[in-house]
Amino acid sequence: MRLRALAHARTGDKGDISSISVIAYDPGDFAYLAEHVTAARVAAHFAGTVHGAVERYELPGLGALNFVLHAALGGGVTRSLALDAHGKSLSSSLLEMELPDPQAPAAAAP
Amino acid sequence: MKTVRIGSGAGYSGDRIEPAMELAEHGDIAYLGFECLAERTIALAQQARLADPEAGYDPLLGARMEAVLAACWARGIRIITNMGAANPHAAAAEVARIARKLGLAGIKIAAVTGDDVLARIAAAPHALMERPEETTASLEGRIVSANAYLGVAPIVRALAADADVVITGRVADPALFMAPLVHEFGWRMDDWDALGRATVIGHLLECAGQITGGYFADPGYKDVADLARLGFPLAEVGADGNAVITKVAGSGGTVSLQSCKEQLLYELHDPARYYQPDVVADFSAVRLEADGTDRVRVSGGAGAARTGMLKVSIGYRDSFVGEGQISYAGAGALARGRLAIEIVRERLRLTGVATSELRCDLIGVDALHRGPVPAPEPAEVRLRIIGRTDSLAEALRIGNEVETLYTNGPAGGGGAWKSAREVLGVVSTLVPESAATAAVSYQVA
Repeated sequence: MRLRALAHARTGDKGDISSISVIAYDPGDFAYLAEHVTAARVAAHFAGTVHGAVERYELPGLGALNFVLHAALGGGVTRSLALDAHGKSLSSSLLEMELPDPQAPAAAAP
Repeated sequence: MKTVRIGSGAGYSGDRIEPAMELAEHGDIAYLGFECLAERTIALAQQARLADPEAGYDPLLGARMEAVLAACWARGIRIITNMGAANPHAAAAEVARIARKLGLAGIKIAAVTGDDVLARIAAAPHALMERPEETTASLEGRIVSANAYLGVAPIVRALAADADVVITGRVADPALFMAPLVHEFGWRMDDWDALGRATVIGHLLECAGQITGGYFADPGYKDVADLARLGFPLAEVGADGNAVITKVAGSGGTVSLQSCKEQLLYELHDPARYYQPDVVADFSAVRLEADGTDRVRVSGGAGAARTGMLKVSIGYRDSFVGEGQISYAGAGALARGRLAIEIVRERLRLTGVATSELRCDLIGVDALHRGPVPAPEPAEVRLRIIGRTDSLAEALRIGNEVETLYTNGPAGGGGAWKSAREVLGVVSTLVPESAATAAVSYQVA
């Protein structure tokens, strides 16, 4: 299952930092998202594009996660050579992330 | 309880004109804010002002004022905008000219200045926020502008002096919407929670259509009706700083929990610490509740004492970039696009074009995301080669090497295009509040 099935997202930019919100359509899915959409997984998803640290902030009241991606915009919006210098499209890419099916039985514990 | 209604008439410099007219005529608002000043815009405006002392303000100022000024004047709606950019005085004079042309004698226009701190920045090295190991000394001779993000104080002062239109240069974007709240409700400038809630409202409004369904629609997942007639937002704000976000009935778009959540978190880093000139706002406990069709109630914002430091955006001449594009279609398009990249790289090497950075994209394959190549192969690809150089002459040669693929490159290249330009970069630093002294001047049309 893709993240897109459970959440919507929006990208913002400041300098060379991209921020991406991931918001559960159903706030009841927040715990599942918090478990699986980790800062480490987001960093791995954007390996090659994002060169700095990835931080995550949790907003359980909104059913949302906020990711802050450092060194993500080719040196900064104003000098980036990228077609999408603002990184506006990063949110759409993040929603492609594959997640385990929440309906499937959990893998057998050792 | 007293409620103040504030509309948002533009979310960036080039934004649509008509939604602000709709707000002025049908929004029953008391204030109309226009946020039109992106990070780099003021550096470009400063260059324009250097070339012409009467220039340096937003190019759409005239068009926006001609569209809304009469309606606002007739209804007592006061306008607040950062369209003054690098020249608020000249912008105010332009508004006065338009007012007189429209027969609106008596409009009082305030110009807020004092954000320009170029002299101070030039006088001593300042650490760069983006590159902590560097200072402004590394930009020696290339700095074109330095503007501090001012807070609400000078705008509040102008409103207290009965200004009908307030034109600023660089102020914090939310301040355009916070100032009328501070003015109307008389909040103390150390009422951190009130200022924090005002920041939330300003933040929700400042990108205009981004909260009413713009930058949001995703067919089948997030459907939005009538985006061609997107209505811009307004806030109904109470004395406690809590608010309802809505829009003019019958306009396009949607105000929903989803659209408000996306905008609340837009460009935020740590939600508990959103640094503003007047407050460190805390968005972490903000509550959003549906309150009927296209109405969302916002509460729970908070704040802590401001830092006493102001962020400064520094514009500088960074480099030149040259770019060329060309398209290939049909079977083998991807292979021909890749061959074209090899050819241009080799040509730049053979002809001695020095690039400090060169980016080769195949639009439709890897220009936005460097992921796996789509299968089956795309029906067409567009090659895009862009490089950074030290001179305009070298930048021009990059586009030329792409264009010459017409007759020298792979089969069937079409639609070549090229450009070259100087790049103004923006970096930031911090200065103490005392470094920027705001001033307000007035003229009456």
